[in-house]
Amino acid sequence: MISINEYATPESVEEAYNLLIKKRNNVVFGGGAFIRMGSKNISTAIDLSKANFNYIVEDENTINIGAMTTLGDIEHSPILKKYFNNVLAKSVREIVGIQLRNIVTVGGTVYSRYGFSDFITGLLALNTNVELYKQGNISLDKFLEEGSRERDILKSISIMKDNRKAAFSSMRNSKGDYAILNVAISNLNGKYRIAVGARPNRAVLANKSMEYLNNNGFSQKNAVEAAKIASEELTFGTNSRGSNIYRKQLCYVLVKNTLMEVQGYED
Amino acid sequence: MKIEMKINGVKKYFEVSPDEYLVDTLRNNGYISVKRGCDTGMCGVCTVHMDGKAILSCVILSAMANGHEITTIEGVREEAKKVGEFLVSEGVEQCGYCSTGLIMNILYLEKCIENPTDEEILHYLNGNLCRCTGYSGQLRAIKKYLEVKNSESSE
Repeated sequence: MISINEYATPESVEEAYNLLIKKRNNVVFGGGAFIRMGSKNISTAIDLSKANFNYIVEDENTINIGAMTTLGDIEHSPILKKYFNNVLAKSVREIVGIQLRNIVTVGGTVYSRYGFSDFITGLLALNTNVELYKQGNISLDKFLEEGSRERDILKSISIMKDNRKAAFSSMRNSKGDYAILNVAISNLNGKYRIAVGARPNRAVLANKSMEYLNNNGFSQKNAVEAAKIASEELTFGTNSRGSNIYRKQLCYVLVKNTLMEVQGYED
Repeated sequence: MKIEMKINGVKKYFEVSPDEYLVDTLRNNGYISVKRGCDTGMCGVCTVHMDGKAILSCVILSAMANGHEITTIEGVREEAKKVGEFLVSEGVEQCGYCSTGLIMNILYLEKCIENPTDEEILHYLNGNLCRCTGYSGQLRAIKKYLEVKNSESSE
């Protein structure tokens, strides 16, 4: 159950930030879908929907996605469809139902660094930065690892249009449920990025596995070995959806299969 | 706080609490087709359209809907009746509690995809749970409805 004393719709990020730092329990609201399931006393809920953060645009080098863009917008974006084998749309399409995806926002998901997120895992396999109002640009992997150093507002994310190939896969107990484990992998000129999320902790890169592949190149045998390394280097937890042992096994299978899929795009 | 919404084409003003959810504002003001279900965004029975997009009214604060256009099934009676007839003819109306949310999502699907495949229909229906009938009958009903709708519009 949440309680909210006041509701504000600032028209600029400056105004939103000043409201945010005014009180400890002032909160930037995003879509509010996950907050709904928790319990929180909020002094002022700050809604950014009038601050012009709902967009997906591209320039010569990057794709920029505003914080208030919904996962439904990600799923149907003609811009995102052109890049990375549409991996971002594929990463969000199993999240509950279309009605919820039309509410959940990019900013709410990424700033909160939700462990269960499929979208964050998709982004992590790409060359992604987050743009924070006070702290500026930070790479997504650093942001996921360290979080925000101070109270801040996520304005947008940017993705380098570096023409990498990418694939996403996940395992669920039933359609629309949270993933037991998810994996996204990209390949740019033989350099692989392997992201594993819903461990159930937040998504991370499988660095040793990436290093192995980047040094030895892709082959079926090396994909099997890289998957084995990923499943051994990462830590997995247990929750109602699956045990750490099951997740470790899943990691091996999903990394191997997703690597094959990415390689398939190259052939 | 005071909010304004255009509901089914009519401008309305409401006094709401900042933590009131849209499903409550709607139901408290007579739009009782909008059902309360899981309250966690999982079951789809509270589906309405906001600015033409299907959303869950149990997840959206009424304050977030301020200034937006909301459509409930009361605003699309004729279209809903047609869909409903196909659901009945396939025997998938049963208790009917999920029907209004389901129909609102079918109408959204129809707007988004012209000739959806079975896979696309099931993908859109992922957010509407039904405890009575299962989903095969719903799939049959939707396919028949869209077939008839498409043949009518091509005449």
